[in-house]
Amino acid sequence: MRIPAKAGASGWLALYLNEVPAFAGTRNGNLKMRYLPLTDTDRTAMLAKIGAASVDDLFVDVPAVARLDGPISDLPMHASEMAVERHMQKLAAKNMVAGEVPFFLGAGAYRHHVPASVDAIIQRGEFLTAYTPYQPEIAQGTLQMLFEFQTQVARLYGCVVANASMYDGSTACWEAVAMATRVTRRSRAVLSGALHPHYAGVVRTMAKFTGDTIADALPAIQPEPDLEGLIARIDDDTACVVVQYPDILGRISDLAPVAEAAHARGALLVVVNTEPVALGACKSPGEMGADIVVGEGQSLGVGLQFGGPYLGLFAVRDPKHVRQMPGRLCGETQDAEGKRGFVLTLSTREQHIRREKATSNICTNSGLCALAFSVHMTLLGEAGLRQLAAENHRLACLAADRLARVPGVRVLNSAFFNEFTLILEGKPAREIVRDLADRSVLGGVSLGRLYGGIAALEHALLVAVTETTTEEDIERLACELEEAIK
Amino acid sequence: MNAPNQSGWKPAMIASKDGMHNGPATTTGNRALMLEEPLLFEIGRADVTGVDLPAVDAAGPTRLAGLTRPEPIGLVGLTEPETVRHYTRLSRQNYGIDLGFFPLGSCTMKHNPRLNEKVARLPGFADVHPLAPQSTVQGALEVISQLGEWLCRLTGMPAVAMSPKAGAHGELCGILAIRAAHEARGDAREVVLVPESAHGTNPATAAFANYRVEDIPATPEGRVDVAALKARLGPDVAAVMITNPNTCGLFEKDFREIADAVHAAGGYVYCDGANFNAIVGKVRPGDLGVDAMHINLHKTFSTPHGGGGPGSGPVVLSEALAPFAPLPFVRKQADGTFYLVEEEHREERGPSFGRMTAFHGQMGMFTRALTYMLSHGADGLKQVAEDAVLNANYILRSMEDILHAPFAASGPCMHEALFGDKDFTGGLSTLDVAKGLIDEGYHPMTVYFPLVVHGAMLVEPTETESKAAIDQFITAFRAVVERALAGDEALKQAPYYAPRRRLDETAAARKPRLAFEG
Amino acid sequence: MTRYFTDEHEWIDVEDGIATVGITEYAQGQLGDIVFVELPETGALIEQGKDAAVVESVKAASDVYAPITGEITEVNPALEDDPALVNSAPEDDGWFFKMTIADEGELDGLMDEDGYQAFIEAL
Repeated sequence: MRIPAKAGASGWLALYLNEVPAFAGTRNGNLKMRYLPLTDTDRTAMLAKIGAASVDDLFVDVPAVARLDGPISDLPMHASEMAVERHMQKLAAKNMVAGEVPFFLGAGAYRHHVPASVDAIIQRGEFLTAYTPYQPEIAQGTLQMLFEFQTQVARLYGCVVANASMYDGSTACWEAVAMATRVTRRSRAVLSGALHPHYAGVVRTMAKFTGDTIADALPAIQPEPDLEGLIARIDDDTACVVVQYPDILGRISDLAPVAEAAHARGALLVVVNTEPVALGACKSPGEMGADIVVGEGQSLGVGLQFGGPYLGLFAVRDPKHVRQMPGRLCGETQDAEGKRGFVLTLSTREQHIRREKATSNICTNSGLCALAFSVHMTLLGEAGLRQLAAENHRLACLAADRLARVPGVRVLNSAFFNEFTLILEGKPAREIVRDLADRSVLGGVSLGRLYGGIAALEHALLVAVTETTTEEDIERLACELEEAIK
Repeated sequence: MNAPNQSGWKPAMIASKDGMHNGPATTTGNRALMLEEPLLFEIGRADVTGVDLPAVDAAGPTRLAGLTRPEPIGLVGLTEPETVRHYTRLSRQNYGIDLGFFPLGSCTMKHNPRLNEKVARLPGFADVHPLAPQSTVQGALEVISQLGEWLCRLTGMPAVAMSPKAGAHGELCGILAIRAAHEARGDAREVVLVPESAHGTNPATAAFANYRVEDIPATPEGRVDVAALKARLGPDVAAVMITNPNTCGLFEKDFREIADAVHAAGGYVYCDGANFNAIVGKVRPGDLGVDAMHINLHKTFSTPHGGGGPGSGPVVLSEALAPFAPLPFVRKQADGTFYLVEEEHREERGPSFGRMTAFHGQMGMFTRALTYMLSHGADGLKQVAEDAVLNANYILRSMEDILHAPFAASGPCMHEALFGDKDFTGGLSTLDVAKGLIDEGYHPMTVYFPLVVHGAMLVEPTETESKAAIDQFITAFRAVVERALAGDEALKQAPYYAPRRRLDETAAARKPRLAFEG
Repeated sequence: MTRYFTDEHEWIDVEDGIATVGITEYAQGQLGDIVFVELPETGALIEQGKDAAVVESVKAASDVYAPITGEITEVNPALEDDPALVNSAPEDDGWFFKMTIADEGELDGLMDEDGYQAFIEAL
């Protein structure tokens, strides 16, 4: 028996037939599409070879009930490049561009300067229009790049092996939990309260279906993370403890005690990092004893892009865990003449071979974003990454000191890298953020936006500062904040 | 027959099979434009950088709680010219659609229009933060809304979930919505039926959602065995996952009948939309009884494959599944403004199964896909499907006299033609034909998939190839197949002319070296 | 010592109430170069016909089923470093695991050497 849901129960139903999209294509004339090379003469000759009278004869297996007479009637017809570009430009113009205003948003997505050569390289057709490297003899470019990328990520994270990327940090976080349950054969994950709430949300969603137990919490608004409380939640059924570093409030603290406590109970420590630039200044998760390190790589090379595509990073500290890793892995080998070459390897973990026994169902990764990350990291190098991190931290300290002088504003963190939490007196931070936006300042991310409806968090504002922030931007934020908070 | 090459070159110009290589050895190992490139870690240095940043002030402020990183990280850098050259040289060891015909079955390697790239890079899309106040990102929300609208109308479905990051993530979204819908009415079903010819992601996805996967057999003509499927339906079957057009390149003509039977038994129909390019603008899956279908924007709607992603996998949903769609989603208010429904909207979110990713989906792919749709329009998309199917049938009928085509008698194929290695001799296999095509300058077709055909070769030309390009491919493909039929030993060593000869995958897997050491 | 065979291409040697299990010469030939063997944990109780190990080549992973019911007493440590042993000596140094025999009767349903030879010739 099929019981249809009540129509309109979801916002999605309202989406259909909203309106004809606000765009008029060219309705008249013969179709001569700039992307379709076949001519009518070609089509006729090809049909003759096939032995079909018309193209519709090739669709005879479609049941009559589903056959359409002509183009779908409630959509516009084809349009010129110029008309399409104009339409899309109008939509783009409705957004406030981060680079055009004082900008302080972070919370898992950071605005950094991306060198011009990064985009030039990723737009080379040999990278842009290649597929997953299934034919390694003609995909060494992608494969060698992935091998270099894996090495960069492993070293940044203080690990030994990294994979060829995942969708984004939040899905990598879930994959780490799933991997920990495979390694430990336990099914309970303890999440730090200071894990990004959207990451925790993804883990909760997935666990609901796999039957794993998730112990989570809200962040405690205090200068330092409550690691003792976290350790107290680890028990003998715990597969892993998941801690963010720097955490959602921008705090940093030594995670070695958490690693020790987890290991003592037979659990793994999963560390989540959403700002890779921080690891140019701060001790790596691997050095503190993390077993699996995952994160978001968007900061380097990828850009903000309204949330995607981003770049999931995934690494392990112990080589014996490699066969339990999800995602693609690139490995070194030799060709028949003895030359060094690279291939995708250990693919028996993956869905196309193991089918229902695979370590993960993922197929695509984030290849082009991995290239962008790797090129940016190559341009930085060790020296550049350290300078970049130092500059981020210097400006963040400057901003924290200046904003602390705004009446009614207090800096929560005792330690931070390039993002910290302000506690605002009076109005909820969410209102202040909207007010600041009206003054053309993108002033931060309110915890109210991230944890809607939780009163204890609503006066907290996350402020991120990067090398793209100027001292004038900081002064402008301080002045506007002072006005907005009144 | 098409000339193999218009330059004046003729096969007779090569004295031996390896003739091109009989020049003197070079000192560098390079061969003119074919250039070797060392690993980054062999040429970069820790103290070199390609960006200008202020020097580190050792006496500068620190609020790092003593958690500094004094030990070397192990990264190396290059200046900009060296960086550009390193990656340019690497790029030249890659095959891409821009370079040539790329008939990789089931992957839809069509041309990637450059307008899409230009639009995605407009600062109003590229330089916008996902958590910016919603009043400042109305254009971005409108893009999501408009693209969703197009997807709903192209599929004849009432709803769409936009956040899944790729095809397999979209499959997961659909299966989780199905699980949530069953659970919402207290119906504990345990089994998902998947045809043998399905993509590996289908059973992997169903197993992830804690379903037991059972195979459905195929008929000799390459379609789902409807009788067997109907016989298996019952109160324990949660869903059936069917790819349509299927991975044998055929339209499942009994799809509507299957869907009706599944619905009558209380289950849902998941359609794997990987092959939507064959029917876009021509057939609406909603008219066939589909409950959920993911759409690979990187296939049908031409967002670039990028050497393995990023993809994007929105999922269209039936009325029955729509309420369970993941968060967040975009809604339009009466005043014409858009907003995101998230966790805090307890009324509006309804029974949504929750969040699948940190933000709102693959915005950079949405802008590209919407640009592509606007360019083509309803008429252009219909032509896309027709030309894609025409090209595939043309290849099928141009090859079937010499190459085993197991389902050629089942009628026209859709957008891909399937062949098998049945008649090869001398121990030659599909792999050898694939490698032989590399030497001819082509990216091979998909090989050894679907599993239901021995030595499968799945050829998907797409609509963005000219007849001349397809004719030339057919000439080359026939030549390589003739060699395999004749048992030509030399084919076992192909490719000869690629940047690398065959790679030792066994050694790679036995002693994995997954990072540079040293 | 008696050697038995299953129709899933495993061999079993029985000696002093302990069964040693591996895959047959025929099976390794079909699988090609073995790159990894995933072995059960010592102490695990496995029922006849259930998954006991996984043997991987580059492009395939195949389950190895327990030929009889019993408890795993030992696994072959040499396979971790040198999975190629399964190719070079499948019915000797390339053994997978040893297990107890919960029910001697289960052995009766298995093939002997001649029976297995006839079985693979018919494939």
